[in-house]
Amino acid sequence: MATVGERALAEGRPTARRRTWWQQLRRSDAGVALLFLLPNLLGFLVFTARAVIEAFRLSFYRADLLTPEVWVGLSNYQRLLFNDELFRKVLVNTAYYTFGSVPLAIIVGLLLAVLVNTQLRGITVFRTAFFMPVVSSVVAVSLLWQWLYNSDFGLINEALRAIGLRNPPIWLSDPRWAMPALIIMSVWRQAGYNMVLFLAGLQGVPVHLYEAAEIDGANRWQRFWSITLPMLSPTTFFVLVISIIGSFQVFDQALILTNGGPADATHTVVMFIYNQGFQYFKMGYAAAVAWILFALIFLLTLFQWRYQRQWVHYE
Amino acid sequence: MNRHTQTLLQHSLWYLALIAVAALMVVPFVWMLATSLQSLDRVFRSGLQFLPIPPQWGNYTKAWTVVPFDRFFINSTVVALAHVVGQVATSAMAAYAFARLRFPLRDQLFLLYLGTLMIPAQVTIIPNFILMRDFKWTDTYWALIVPFLVSTFGTFLLRQFFLTIPRDLEDAAKIDGASHFSIFTRVILPLSGPALATLAIFVFLGSWNSFLWPLIVTNSMEMRTIPVGLRVFQGQYTTNYPLMMAAASLALMPVLIVYMLGQKYFVRGITLTGMAGT
Repeated sequence: MATVGERALAEGRPTARRRTWWQQLRRSDAGVALLFLLPNLLGFLVFTARAVIEAFRLSFYRADLLTPEVWVGLSNYQRLLFNDELFRKVLVNTAYYTFGSVPLAIIVGLLLAVLVNTQLRGITVFRTAFFMPVVSSVVAVSLLWQWLYNSDFGLINEALRAIGLRNPPIWLSDPRWAMPALIIMSVWRQAGYNMVLFLAGLQGVPVHLYEAAEIDGANRWQRFWSITLPMLSPTTFFVLVISIIGSFQVFDQALILTNGGPADATHTVVMFIYNQGFQYFKMGYAAAVAWILFALIFLLTLFQWRYQRQWVHYE
Repeated sequence: MNRHTQTLLQHSLWYLALIAVAALMVVPFVWMLATSLQSLDRVFRSGLQFLPIPPQWGNYTKAWTVVPFDRFFINSTVVALAHVVGQVATSAMAAYAFARLRFPLRDQLFLLYLGTLMIPAQVTIIPNFILMRDFKWTDTYWALIVPFLVSTFGTFLLRQFFLTIPRDLEDAAKIDGASHFSIFTRVILPLSGPALATLAIFVFLGSWNSFLWPLIVTNSMEMRTIPVGLRVFQGQYTTNYPLMMAAASLALMPVLIVYMLGQKYFVRGITLTGMAGT
């Protein structure tokens, strides 16, 4: 016996229910879409979606890749948050790195952008030069800076001695100076990137605002302070958010420049993950650290999002 | 002081500032090149030894041969090209589906893609390493290449670009009975040259400079990429700075050349998306 629906179909009068599901699917491009999506979806499902879920599962296990996995509940997290001195130290170091390098790189990037925001002849040469560190491999650049920081024969101390500083810092060998050294290098590498973003922002500030201010008798500094900075604040917000996300994941330069030392002064969260996971093969523990890192990044981003209204000026 | 001399003075001051800053940014590179041509004993002499006289070109041939640098180069090139071709192709196809096709759960799926952009790579790196081990792919090209043939970021970038292409052109093709495949290859792709180039350059750069993943999934000298190779090099020639600077120069050269050639795409890509490069 034909169902109501089938009779309706035979009469060329589709039922409402069938239209919402089956017919909609048929009228959509689902078939073609699947073909277009398939390679991408496959990669996404295996290497991102599955991996995220698997990392979450692992963080509740003790897993060393040799013996069978053991369920340990929350104890990986418990140990990390309350019982791991080194983890506490790498958290502090990573925060030190982030809050040292991000504001500096933003200020320097903004200065560079103002500097190259002219029509002077040959300005593209300067823009190109300022951006060069950004495209360079962090590993190669870190080898270079390791040599620059060499306390006896490196360029930096040679220059400092040349201008009369008798005992320049020993940089990478001094626990107090190693992190500042890492920060200086990162600012050098990152500033050109921020410059490009700020330059785009600067070129978007309407000229008539400056003209009006000039008529009102505002000087250069006043114009910069009360027009340029507020108008750039959406760019600044954006740069701040992505810089903090990036800085919390610092690894390459810390490994090459100092290998985390001296005395763990430059040991960072991601280096901790690398050591726990891929040197000591504590996969569950490393996965828990990765999730804590994600939570931290997420909370910081959320916090900035919440408080942007206080200082970000949208038109 | 008349107006003309005033602008002249202003311009000169501006140039002076530009040159001073440029010096700070570029001097490290110059110092790297200078050291790479220096002899070992001159490097360890106090007082500035800037000019390498006579230049020791042998440092480069030595850096190239004491470790299998040619292998590092081949590996990095093969891997980077595979990533570029793979990511551009899979991203463009998926982006077309997200931008132009109607199918159930499209927007939900896209949101899921976007959501994963916030998850740091360190979260997925552990399970993916274990997967490579289970596949017996460690220390092969498979492990270096396959996990990075797909990119949510690239999909996002190209979808945004495809949305800006006017639909009129496709409508004409559709009336002529063109399939989605031919609209994709004959209308959308030819109009997306700059966006595809931008993505290709980003992917190349990211791949060429990537360090953590190749470090953990390779262990033989023959499978190392350039950044990991440099790390090995550092371990063996800790204090031989001329040799190390020669190796670093060799590693940086290709990227700087690509950058010089494709400069405008870099800048456009960054201002478009604010991503990559970090």
